[in-house]
This record gives sequence, structure tokens and C-alpha cells, in this order.
Amino acid sequence: MIRFQNLFKRYPGGHEALSDVCFDLDDGEMAFLTGHSGAGKSTLLKIISLIEKPTRGQALLNNVNLSRVSKRRVPYLRRNIGIIFQDHRLLNDRTVFDNVALPLIIAGYRHQEIGRRVRAALDKVGLLGKEKQAPVTLSGGEQQRVGIARAVVNKPPLLLADEPTGNLDPELSREIMQLFENFNQVGVSVMIATHDLELIKQMNHRILILNKGRMISQDATS
Amino acid sequence: MSRGAIDSSKPGSRLTAYLINHAQVFFSSLGKLYRNPFSNLMTIAVIGIALAFPVGLYVLLQNIQDVSGGWNGATQISLFTKLSISDQQSADLGDQLRQRNEIDSVLVLTRAEAMSEFKSLSGFGEALEVLKSNPLPSVLIIRPKPAFSSPDKVRHLVKQLQALPEADIVQLDLKWVERLYTMMEIGQRGIYVITILLALAVLLTIGNTIRLDIQGRRDEIIIIKLIGATNAFIRRPFLYTGFWYGLLGGIIALVMIQVSMGLLSDPVQRLAGLYDSGFELRSMKLNETLILLGFSMSLGLIGSWLAVGRHLHEIEPG
Repeated sequence: MIRFQNLFKRYPGGHEALSDVCFDLDDGEMAFLTGHSGAGKSTLLKIISLIEKPTRGQALLNNVNLSRVSKRRVPYLRRNIGIIFQDHRLLNDRTVFDNVALPLIIAGYRHQEIGRRVRAALDKVGLLGKEKQAPVTLSGGEQQRVGIARAVVNKPPLLLADEPTGNLDPELSREIMQLFENFNQVGVSVMIATHDLELIKQMNHRILILNKGRMISQDATS
Repeated sequence: MSRGAIDSSKPGSRLTAYLINHAQVFFSSLGKLYRNPFSNLMTIAVIGIALAFPVGLYVLLQNIQDVSGGWNGATQISLFTKLSISDQQSADLGDQLRQRNEIDSVLVLTRAEAMSEFKSLSGFGEALEVLKSNPLPSVLIIRPKPAFSSPDKVRHLVKQLQALPEADIVQLDLKWVERLYTMMEIGQRGIYVITILLALAVLLTIGNTIRLDIQGRRDEIIIIKLIGATNAFIRRPFLYTGFWYGLLGGIIALVMIQVSMGLLSDPVQRLAGLYDSGFELRSMKLNETLILLGFSMSLGLIGSWLAVGRHLHEIEPG
């Protein structure tokens, strides 16, 4: 699904965010990405989601070399990735339903199909009754679930999450992680950047650790 | 790629998706204007007024041209005979002139008729009683045929009449018509200039409104880009908003013109009645209306296109 080969990312000004990073994420695999602030987690996710381009080395997504993607094709590749943000990034002037429907509208689905899929996605995250509400009327955990529903609604093969539990208490965090595991069990590849070592140690997935831009460990937890 | 990747119920073709999205945005952009009526109405009113002003002037000018068009056909030449010419001689001259193919009609006023007309119209009636003899010559009022009414041909005819031995003074009252035409030409040029300036103002108004809209939606644009929206998809609602601004502004301009015409038409008709004319104030024709609406729509689209082209590319997730 994802393959990084000797990848370097240097920002203008000389800061090297990623140095010689190599790793693979298999199809259908779930893995955590962790490390201190500034270790390069965000940069790594930005490269996969085509926000940044690598300075050197290769990043492959579904065997597509991300350095060579033309600007025009970027939107179409992004439709294969469901991105979940720490701050949800919902559109507050629209209902929960409209937020979740957005990826389908962008892809040009028909009206009935949109309704069916949005309700299915909201059902999976346990928010079926709240589709007509505004996001601001929901709790933090519920808003994050809306964000997840939006990320999965068009069934992308890959989910990327950046600190999805950053603002949640441990109980809610566990529930959110459980949700990601559910999607992973039906074949979706999942990559989650997080600080929450306590939580991820209890889960049986590979942990990739970044330190000062280098991948220092990518072992499965024992 | 795994099970989640391939999906049989994907949207039909890119074309259908494209058309569906156009239809959705067409209505949703109108809905957005409706949900924020006050500020949008102000923008639309500004556009409407800016358009109504030159178009209203144009309609007025058209009406003036309609009125003066009638006068051009009524060009008349007054031929004053020499005092030595008798009434009989002037009547003969009249008959002779009627034979010419560029002349439509000749009205001969004998010296006595000229006198009595002058008495009744001038208000010098009593003073004229004092005169022993009639100081007025006979007058031939000559109307050229419409085909010979253009200023050049009339002037040529006047020259020929001037050469007649019976003629003393040949007068052509064309100057004021020419002046009127020149003034109308100036008016027309003025309207062009005003139209260009106000069209520019409309363009800037729409462009600026859309620019503010884009900046206000910066976060939203970034989010939508991250979930795979193309630039065209993001551009579309802004372009349609511009389109609606233009169209609704054009409609407001049209309403303002019609209302103004309605207010003017009664007094104008009364004035025309006083001049024994059946003139009626003419409003805009259908094709003029369509041109106005098409023009305002184009201004809306161009204005938003300029704003979107300049500002949308600056917004990228990072």
C-alpha cells in the first residue's frame, strides 16, 4: 500500500524533517506512527497525502510514485485516502449528513446513492440518529466520529489519521481506536500517528517510531 | 489494494458526475444567496443601479431618435419671391415646381395670404394696419419627397431654387435638425463611455465580493482539497455565485428601468398630446432586454472568474 525508500524531506531553510526513511505498509495492514513532537510524523503523513513532495528518495502509494504525480492528478489520488484530523476539520455551516456526504459529492455520486452510503457510514460510527445536527452541537468524541465517517464514506483503501485521539479522554480514545480496528478488519489499510503510547501498546499492531526524522524502530509489539 | 478498493457502484461516467455537480451547484449557489439575503441584496442592488443608469439613458436616447426621425421627413423649404413677382406668377412657379420629381408638394401663399397669416401669428396686427402697401412677398412652401430629404440632396435642391429668377430668399430650416443629430451623437458617445466605466465598476464589485467570499472560506477550501476536490469543483460554486449576481443585478436594472418608464409615460403622453402628436414613450424591446441580461450575466461570470483565477491557487493545504 505504502512504500518509502530512502526518503529525505528538507524544507526551505534547511530543516531536515525526514532522513533516509524506509518502510512498508502492506495492503490491509494497520500500523501506528509515533515519536516526539517534531520527529517528522506530520511530514510523513503530508507526503503520503500529497501535501508535500519528497526532496530525495521515493514514496510509493499503490505503486504510484508520488514525486511524479502531476498537479492535475493530485485530487484523484487523494480520493483513495481517507484522512482523519486531530481537530476534525468539519464544516460547521453544514449538517452532519452534508459533511459526511462531501467526498461522495466531489466524486459525483447520485443522490440516492449518497443518502444510502452516508447513512451506512454514520451507522458504522454509531451516529445514525444525528445526521441532521450541526457538528458544533456534538461532543468532541462524536465530532471525531463524524470525521471518521467522512473519511470512510467513499470506501478508500487507505485511512490516515493524525492524532485522532489527541483531544479525547482514555475511554473515548479506546473507542475510536476500536473503530479503526473495525475498518481494518474489513480490509482497509490504516496508519495512525499518535502520542498515546499507553493505548497503542495494548493493541496488537506494528509501531513505527520516528526520532529526529529517522525511523528508529518498526517492530511489531510483543 | 484490497476489498475496500474496488466498488461496482462508482459514479457512472465522469460526464454524468460533471453534469450532476453542475446542477447541484446551480441551485445550491442560489440557495446560498437566499440564506444571506441582506448583504447579497446590497451587492445585487449596486450592480442593478450601475447597469440601469446607462441602459436607461440609452432607452431615452432611442425615444428622442424616434421623435426626431419624424421631423427629418418633414424638411421644408421656404421660397420667398421677389416683391416684383405677382400672385399669378408665383402660382405659375408653384405649378412648375410641382412637376419636378424631387418635390412632393408645394403650397403657395399669395402676398395677401402671407399678410393675413403674419397678422394673426405675429401679434403686430394693428401696427400693420398703418402700412399703405403690403411689404410681404408671396411664399412657396416646398416639401421634398422623402427620398430627397437627406441634408445633401436638400441642399442641392435649395441651390437650384436659389438660381430661379423669381426667387429672392430660399430658406432651409435644417440647421436645428443637424444640431439635434450632433447632440444625439454626443449623447451616444457619452453613453458608451458611461457604460464602459460602470461595467468596469460591476466587474470590480463582483470580483471583490467573490474574493472576500473565497477568503472567508479558506479553511473550507483546504478541507475540500484534502478530500480530493479538483480545482474545477472548488471554482464552480464561486462562478455560479457570480453568474447569479450578474443575472439578478440585470433583472433589478430591468425593473428599475420599467418603473421609471412607467412614471414618465403619462406626462410624456400629455406633452405629446399638446403637440398634437401620438408619440408614446417606448420601453425596451425583447432583444434589448435579452442583451441586457446576457451582458450582466457575462459581467458576473467574468468578474468571478478573475477573482477565482487570482485567489484560488493561493490556497493549498500545508
